[in-house]
Amino acid sequence: MVSESEESLSENEESKAIREPKTPKIPVWDLPDVPKGKLPPHIQLQRTRVFCTSDAPTHTENIQYSGAYASMGVDNSLRLEEFRNNFRVDVIKLSEDDMEFDMIGIDAAIANAFRRILISELPTMAIEKVFMANNTSVVQDEVLAHRLGLIPLKVDPRLFNYMSENDEPNEKNTIVFKLHVRCEKGSSRIKVKSNELKWLPNGSEFILSTEKATSDSTSKPKTYTSFNCSQESLPEFSNDPIAPKHDDIIIAKLGAGQEIELEAHAVKGMGKTHAKWSPVATAWYRMLPEVVLLQEIKGEKAEELVKKCPVNVFDIEDIGRGRKRATVAQPRSCTLCRECIRGDDWDKLVALRRVRDHFIFTIESTGALPPEVLFTEAVKILEDKCERVITELS
Amino acid sequence: MVAREDDPTSINDLLEKGLEIDKQALAAPVKNAVDKFKLLPEFLKVRGLVKQHLDSFNYFVGTQIKKVVLANERITSKIDPSIYLRYKDVRIGEPSMIIDGVTEKLTPQKCRLSDITYAAPIYVNIEYITGSHGSKTTQMKRDVIIGRMPIMLRSFSCILYGKDEEELARYGECPLDPGGYFVIKGTEKVLLIQEQLSNNRIIIDADKKGCVQASVTSSTERTKSKTVIKMEKEKISLYLNQFSSKVPIMVVLKAMGMESDQEVVQMIGRDPRYGELLMPSIEDCMKEAVYTQHQALEFLEQKVKKLPYSTPDEEGRALRILQDIFIANIPVRQNNFRPKCIYVAVMMRRMMEAILNKDAMDDKDYVGNKRLELSGQLLSLLFEDLFKTMNDEARKTIDTILAKPSRSSRFDISQFIVKDSITVGLERTLSTGNFDVKRFRMHRKGMTQVVARLSYIGTLGHMTKISPQFEKSRKVSGPRALQPSQWGMLCPCDTPEGESCGLVKNLALMTHVTTDEDEGPLISLCFSLGVEDMELLSGEELHMPNSYLIIMNGLILGKHRRPQSFANVMRKLRRAGKIGEFVSIFVNEKQRCVYIASDGGRVCRPIVIADKGVSRIKEHHMKELRDGVRTFDSFLKEGLIEYLDVNEENNALIALYEDNAKEGTTHIEIEPFTILGVVAGLIPYPHHNQSPRNTYQLCRMDTLIYLLVYPQRPLLTTRTIELVSYDKLGAGQNATVAVMSYSGYDIEDAIVMNKSSLDRGFGRCIVVKKLAAVSQKYENGTSDRIIRPVREGYEAERMQILDDDGLAAPGQIIRPHDIYINKESPIVTRGPVTSPLGLPDSAYKPSRQTYKGSDGETPVVDRVALCSDRNNNLCIKFMIRHTRRPEVGDKFSSRHGQKGVCGTIVQQEDFPFSERGICPDLIMNPHGFPSRMTVGKMIELLGSKAGVSCGRFHYGSAFGEPSGHADKVETISETLVKHGFSYNGKDFIYSGITGEPLQAYIFMGPIYYQKLKHMVLDKMHARGSGPRVMITRQPTEGRSRNGGLRVGEMERDCLIAYGASMLIYERLMISSDPFEVQVCRKCGLLGYYNFKLKTGICSTCKNGENISTMKLPYACKLLFQELQAMNIIPRLKLTEA
Repeated sequence: MVSESEESLSENEESKAIREPKTPKIPVWDLPDVPKGKLPPHIQLQRTRVFCTSDAPTHTENIQYSGAYASMGVDNSLRLEEFRNNFRVDVIKLSEDDMEFDMIGIDAAIANAFRRILISELPTMAIEKVFMANNTSVVQDEVLAHRLGLIPLKVDPRLFNYMSENDEPNEKNTIVFKLHVRCEKGSSRIKVKSNELKWLPNGSEFILSTEKATSDSTSKPKTYTSFNCSQESLPEFSNDPIAPKHDDIIIAKLGAGQEIELEAHAVKGMGKTHAKWSPVATAWYRMLPEVVLLQEIKGEKAEELVKKCPVNVFDIEDIGRGRKRATVAQPRSCTLCRECIRGDDWDKLVALRRVRDHFIFTIESTGALPPEVLFTEAVKILEDKCERVITELS
Repeated sequence: MVAREDDPTSINDLLEKGLEIDKQALAAPVKNAVDKFKLLPEFLKVRGLVKQHLDSFNYFVGTQIKKVVLANERITSKIDPSIYLRYKDVRIGEPSMIIDGVTEKLTPQKCRLSDITYAAPIYVNIEYITGSHGSKTTQMKRDVIIGRMPIMLRSFSCILYGKDEEELARYGECPLDPGGYFVIKGTEKVLLIQEQLSNNRIIIDADKKGCVQASVTSSTERTKSKTVIKMEKEKISLYLNQFSSKVPIMVVLKAMGMESDQEVVQMIGRDPRYGELLMPSIEDCMKEAVYTQHQALEFLEQKVKKLPYSTPDEEGRALRILQDIFIANIPVRQNNFRPKCIYVAVMMRRMMEAILNKDAMDDKDYVGNKRLELSGQLLSLLFEDLFKTMNDEARKTIDTILAKPSRSSRFDISQFIVKDSITVGLERTLSTGNFDVKRFRMHRKGMTQVVARLSYIGTLGHMTKISPQFEKSRKVSGPRALQPSQWGMLCPCDTPEGESCGLVKNLALMTHVTTDEDEGPLISLCFSLGVEDMELLSGEELHMPNSYLIIMNGLILGKHRRPQSFANVMRKLRRAGKIGEFVSIFVNEKQRCVYIASDGGRVCRPIVIADKGVSRIKEHHMKELRDGVRTFDSFLKEGLIEYLDVNEENNALIALYEDNAKEGTTHIEIEPFTILGVVAGLIPYPHHNQSPRNTYQLCRMDTLIYLLVYPQRPLLTTRTIELVSYDKLGAGQNATVAVMSYSGYDIEDAIVMNKSSLDRGFGRCIVVKKLAAVSQKYENGTSDRIIRPVREGYEAERMQILDDDGLAAPGQIIRPHDIYINKESPIVTRGPVTSPLGLPDSAYKPSRQTYKGSDGETPVVDRVALCSDRNNNLCIKFMIRHTRRPEVGDKFSSRHGQKGVCGTIVQQEDFPFSERGICPDLIMNPHGFPSRMTVGKMIELLGSKAGVSCGRFHYGSAFGEPSGHADKVETISETLVKHGFSYNGKDFIYSGITGEPLQAYIFMGPIYYQKLKHMVLDKMHARGSGPRVMITRQPTEGRSRNGGLRVGEMERDCLIAYGASMLIYERLMISSDPFEVQVCRKCGLLGYYNFKLKTGICSTCKNGENISTMKLPYACKLLFQELQAMNIIPRLKLTEA
């Protein structure tokens, strides 16, 4: 914080310096030299911060070009060594499904790549095919199937293969669920929840209609799947049966006498194809907020500032003899409502900025994989992609 | 319980105890305005919405039909007057139908499914004479059915009346369905409200030439006529249909016994200006040498139109016309023509006033001069006509039978009245909508419409629609313009675009349309309140300056010296419930008249009464209402609220809110937003929008989608939405909208949609289509049969969706060319067959029906309904549903007349996201705002955003800010700030593509979006080769016929200008209708190709020597041949190219 205020002070002097030289005209060659090897503070600020002014954010773009500051003797190129030293990941919060971490020292493009991969390119398992045996509920078959598809399943997709068009559904690419609920006549309405989805480790129980005529009692009748072995026998599932992530997702409501009987086949897919395969509810980042007091704000003004902020970014500091000074206590919680820079030249007192290379990344997993695993998977995918590019280029 | 100080009961207690109370403090006006909103739902329980239809129909069934029957109660034979039939009573039973002698009760749903009419029998009790010649006995018969009356749903006679939700569900009815329509032959029909110029009132206006005229359209039970008195070239004359030309009015007056000119002048008023205007007419009368009543009648006798079939010299026809047809609403009792004379005098005086002062002219578009005819009245007219026709026919048959010299069988009149002419007539009229009642000279088309069922609100809106009296082609702007008198009665926004703009209107939320009320007691009341009977007054006194005329439903009752106090007393009586609540008392200062109206078809609305600017409704009243102790009717009964019609509103000073009530304020509005209709009430913040945008939105409302998969209630609601329970049957979804430019696929109002949102169910809808098949019975006893499908063989695949009963099974996916009913028809359907039911299989030929749909969709059989149609054939209906997710080109609309098509669908990761990870569902281009000025939409966005943040539905009722029914922008902003958003709704957004922040804050939040029925899938069309029209051999036209895309004249011009001759040749000939013809070079006519000789032969020259083969468009060849058929010979002259 101390360094912050110093910086802001120096900037203040700077701005004064710029404003003053109106009176004496100094020839351009008499101007002091721009120090080599170091960017002037305001440009440095523009390089590393996004300015959130009251009307629009400015300096949002990253300067990518390595020679952008060559005239000032600054090399803007990215160095691996430097990156290695500066890059840091701090996990702020980690729960079963949610995760918040700071990613420092990285470009927005890379952070965004992780976000994009998380949303659309990490595979999961989701119900893709629904075989309706009976549906007398008010929910139409298609709608019911659509609802089933969106139910997140708690199963590691890495254990399964993609099913391509000509593949037979087998234990390596398909998970079969059964749903059979009936609301007895005379009873009151019931809710069908996702816990009614029962995992069938041995595959489909529905017999292919073409089989009927030829089937004989000795051989097993052919069903819609051809499992070689029970999925239960696989070590991964033997003590962790496959089930929907949440037990209480309402699938349908049944009135008296209504019945749903169906079989749902889940396959592996990617969020690109359909949002149901996206492993995250959402994943996003925000840049670290930086709130700077450009001047010292004291007394009533300070209290006003504290009151202004709905998320309590500011606090009041006692500087002796009952005098109060506003301080920035929790810049991280700033939501950029811009109340503190609204009206009455407040924007001269407070500056809202974002740190360009500090990302507060949030992952909300749907439950197939824990968020930290999701992120490492995303990194792997990006790695793969890079490798592919390299091999293609070489 | 501790009695609170403001508790009224405790005050009474205190009063009884004789304690002193500061009465002034109690009487002081309540400071804060009372929230009267709760009155609205109470009002809508008893009146409003579609209740006027129900009221009107109930009145017809309960009262009017009895009147009609009683007015025509006797059928008497002309030959033997002692033989008669008398209707003693009439009533309408329960909706039922007699099938094979068994009465079966009908439910509306059953009627819809099996294409029958939801109707109830009309029972009459009759008394009649039986026997013949000598022995005649009077007999009675009860409950004779004379026909079947279609029943309006939810009326008293409907089985749905007063049923609760559960019972309704058992009948297969939606509990929210408003009713108010009929089910005719399985289709739901509304009788639209008809707008008319009011009957029996004097209307002063100018004709095309600018002549001032006074006209009265008289309508009584017996006759309808139009009387026009016109000032033309300074002379006043009468125009009446029964007279062949115009008649000088003085002659008419003389014919009615006003022989003295002085009396006429006195009656009109002694003001010399009126005398001057009347002078030429008097002179004119002198010129015609008409001085006495007798002369006048003779004069008129000549003018009487000669009817083709009447006896040539019928005496006294002129007098009869004057008595019965001339201003027929004024009855002539015992040859006393004085009331009519006075009426004419009043008409003339008003006309002259208008000549002297143009302001006195009546405005035809003024709503007070209009009457709305509702289904009850219309049905009553129709029934009366049919009933009379039936009676006439019965009389005729009786007479023909009686005329026969010898009758063997026993004579029974009651047989002759049982005809289905009434049933058929009612059914036909309601199903076609063509009212053709000759008796009342009524020929109107399009009176009924099929109920719009695209959305719930569309249906409601349809019920309140008012169809105009004028034909749409008229180019005058007057009737289309918004009338100030529409305030609160007719919705100012809801009117269609295009040709019927401004003519078709909709009722406002609180409008009630009156039904007829008996005027007899009112008249006697008036007389006892000091009205001087007109009969007792001299002509001179008629227009004395110190008194006002009292006019009751267009009938001049007499005069009153203190009109204001008379009106006050009448109003007091009305508020006390002594006279009907819908009676209107209107003091017209300008015309010096007091108009009392109790007729049906007036529009009125409830308003709170105020005494010297203090509202009569106090907080405790509303509290009682909230507690359920009070109803709307008790407010009426206690005189807190009254109904005002358009005329009486002119006597009232109505304050919009209690706060701005002044000393002279007589009334206070209940809620300002009630000036809008049902449909307009759905728009949030309409008062912030440019007015036409609201109108556009309303036009769009009824093109909403059929069935949305995940409907939501709007985050920003209005009170109207709650009142009409639109929140229970929503038709849209709250989409998070980012107002920004994105991808370039959003120009011209296109929207960019988020693919993940669509994946998750946004905008998903179900379209249901109906397929029908009939298993026909034939005249020879044979019938179609539906048989088991073939499970093997080449046809098995097309039949796989069939169940064992030969019908497509519900839940099956139906593809084009699939058979959905495996039907077979007998080969022989005519002529006798030995055993019609036991035909062998060989006697049937397959007549399967296959599904013809486009390949783009995968529809599913939703339901299969079996029923019997009118001819008792088995009728099978297949409901086919198709679930569609939005695609590029589908149309969406917000609630502010801002429609847009989906321009592109973008992956979620490419979409921008906010600091909180919110990703919009759709992106809208900001260019939609400046020119449209839909500020309401922006406020909706803010309000919804605040709503989702704080978890409370926000309101945006029209004009609702002062009364708290709409959230103010300031409070919304405060809520936003409290939840960490910017006060202006703009968020810091990161680009999903680059990952960097955008260089602008983006206005983002939820807006209620609706999907419109215009979908690409229904419109998309292209073809390669395909069907051709038989006659010209050119490709067919239109999507439905899989037609070609036309290279039109303008396109052709372009190609010519460009010089692309070969392309023109290809498009216009090769790809269209090329035809090879044999042309004779000698005679230039077309020959034919002889395949045996393998040469072309000219049929005119009878040889094949000079034949050339060439290509011609077939249409060209056809033209030549058609010309030849008309004896024009087109000859082709060929040259080498």
